[in-house]
Amino acid sequence: MNARSAPPQTSAEAKIAADYVGARLSLPGGHAVADLRDAAFDAFMAAGFPTRRVEAWHYTDLKRAMSEALPIASPPSATSILAQGARLASLCPRMEDVDSLRVVLVDGHFIPALSDVVRLPQGVALHSLADALAHGDAALIEALAAPGLGQGDAALALNTAFMQGGFVLDIAAGVDVVHPIEVVSLSSSVAAQAIYGRSLVRLGAGARLTLVEAEACDNGSIEQRNCALVCQIADDATLEHVFVPAELSQGSTHVAHLLASLQSRASFNSFTLARGGGLVRRQVFLRFDGDHSKAQLAGANLLKGRDHCDTTLIVQHVAPHCESREYFKSVLDEEATGVYQGKVIVAPGAQKTDGAMKSHAILLSDGATMNNKPELEIFADDVVCGHGATVSQLDEDQLFYAQARGLPKHDAEAMLLEAFVDESADRIENEAIRAHVIALMGGWLAARRRA
Amino acid sequence: MLEIRNLHAEIDGKKIINGLSLTVNDGEIAAIMGPNGSGKSTLSYVISGREGYTVTDGEILLDGANLLEMDASVRAAKGVFLAFQYPLEIPGVTTMTFLKACMNAQRKARGEAEFSTPDFMKRVRAGAEKLGVPQDMLRRALNVGFSGGEKKRMEVLQMSLLEPTFAILDETDSGLDIDALRIVADGVNALRDPKRSFLVITHYQRLLDYIVPDTVHVMSKGRIVKTGGKELALELEANGYRDFVGEAA
Repeated sequence: MNARSAPPQTSAEAKIAADYVGARLSLPGGHAVADLRDAAFDAFMAAGFPTRRVEAWHYTDLKRAMSEALPIASPPSATSILAQGARLASLCPRMEDVDSLRVVLVDGHFIPALSDVVRLPQGVALHSLADALAHGDAALIEALAAPGLGQGDAALALNTAFMQGGFVLDIAAGVDVVHPIEVVSLSSSVAAQAIYGRSLVRLGAGARLTLVEAEACDNGSIEQRNCALVCQIADDATLEHVFVPAELSQGSTHVAHLLASLQSRASFNSFTLARGGGLVRRQVFLRFDGDHSKAQLAGANLLKGRDHCDTTLIVQHVAPHCESREYFKSVLDEEATGVYQGKVIVAPGAQKTDGAMKSHAILLSDGATMNNKPELEIFADDVVCGHGATVSQLDEDQLFYAQARGLPKHDAEAMLLEAFVDESADRIENEAIRAHVIALMGGWLAARRRA
Repeated sequence: MLEIRNLHAEIDGKKIINGLSLTVNDGEIAAIMGPNGSGKSTLSYVISGREGYTVTDGEILLDGANLLEMDASVRAAKGVFLAFQYPLEIPGVTTMTFLKACMNAQRKARGEAEFSTPDFMKRVRAGAEKLGVPQDMLRRALNVGFSGGEKKRMEVLQMSLLEPTFAILDETDSGLDIDALRIVADGVNALRDPKRSFLVITHYQRLLDYIVPDTVHVMSKGRIVKTGGKELALELEANGYRDFVGEAA
């Protein structure tokens, strides 16, 4: 606890230190969780918010963006839950042709009353994080801590210290969950607030699940979201995951962690559609613990205004014979900034690793910036790993070709951009969810065309 | 009718079109021949409205309307069509999607009702059949992986569907073998119409054996230096451009 006495560097960090002291006893979990929180809090205070001097945060200065620490959202009241329930359908309409089971979070807190808990099939267990921590065993706490993933990351440590809200979802071995589970996150408050959620999804051996995380936000308030999803995928299990973060207001910060570990012959396919909104940091830490597994991390970033979106991936091949794919497309307009950092680490024993990483960006304005930084660290000698990154403008010849055939310039641009970004969504296996994501991307492009 | 009067145009400060005048009457096929670098492709771009070219003097009128005041898509809706020397590949956009978007954009610009999907499909299928374009090509991304001949055939299909009043064929013969050339030329000839005129840009006389022009113009250093009938093309084939290029100097 020595670090806690070190002088805080910024007023936001001082506020967080005071908040932690105040909240420490009321945060969910027993002694083991409290120890985990304390250790994480010390680690955070020792490091402070990441700055550009931290290599993994070279393009995103979180310390600067966190000029103040907003008050932490408390669990919503019964009245607030009723109010959110009333606007759920309009704020976050159901996806077309997708009969999903909904898990609703309000300000990061799991609200069973708004969720499809009664429809959950056998073999699917869903609990709030607080309940899970209260009754959970050591294995659950260890799973939540996701040891070895994101170690040393101060933003993740902060999430660990304050984690509340969120849910724990367990899929029993061999269960194929036919209906996608859709986690819908709403914000209730019009006041600026901070949300620290952590959720855990565990797939037993041979289980199959499609998980969609959809965040909605319409209140125009400033938020500081720091949320983590931990995915444990056992032997022969398959998880498809689609994440659509909210477009928060400018001035907001949004750090979204994904911590995934795969056992043998497992499959994980994750897609993120980021449409900006303040500062967004998507960080994925993924590790292959078992052989012959496959993971794909893909996404599209559609950014405009002063959006800042940072996608940082660390993929660790520990076990042999695994395949990793990273595939990202970015469109940046106006003054937007995009970051792609992908690091694939192949440990000495991870022979026959097959890795391929790509990031492609189109800049639509002189003021837009894209930083691409693919990295490979290979310590095994029998692997196939490659990466490619491009930054370009719309092709003038293609644009003229379409215009000369009668398409007005904005429509021609929209058509080419649509073709460019839609291709990333081809990686979503579920057809109806893919169509939904493509429609969301089309909406962004149409709004740009009208502007 | 297309009328170009005393056209001067440049790109990046470099003068390419240098006082060019040319009239193509309704129903006429005019051929422009000239050596490399004479400004033939630039002329096609300036007529069709490509950005980046600055017209410093002169005018281009299509049926009396000043094309230079319109952007490329408006010119297309007005009836200008450019068949590209190297048709562009558009990955991620199927040929069908592209055709429908272009046809309906033009109709919308002219204040006409857009085609319904069945109506559109019927037209495309019929047009494709006439040109021997296989249906599966229409479902593939536009021009992606098409051979040189297939790309040119696709250009002619687009031309037939968009029904321009003034079509420019820019080096349509390049990259085509004789069989492909004949198919493309047949497609163009089928579109001959008293109300439609063509400007055929070519290096070689060969294309003009298949698309027989009414007039032949020799271009050099950004102007028309000689105008004649179709026999002028044969003369050029025999003697080269030497005799005419000198006149422009």
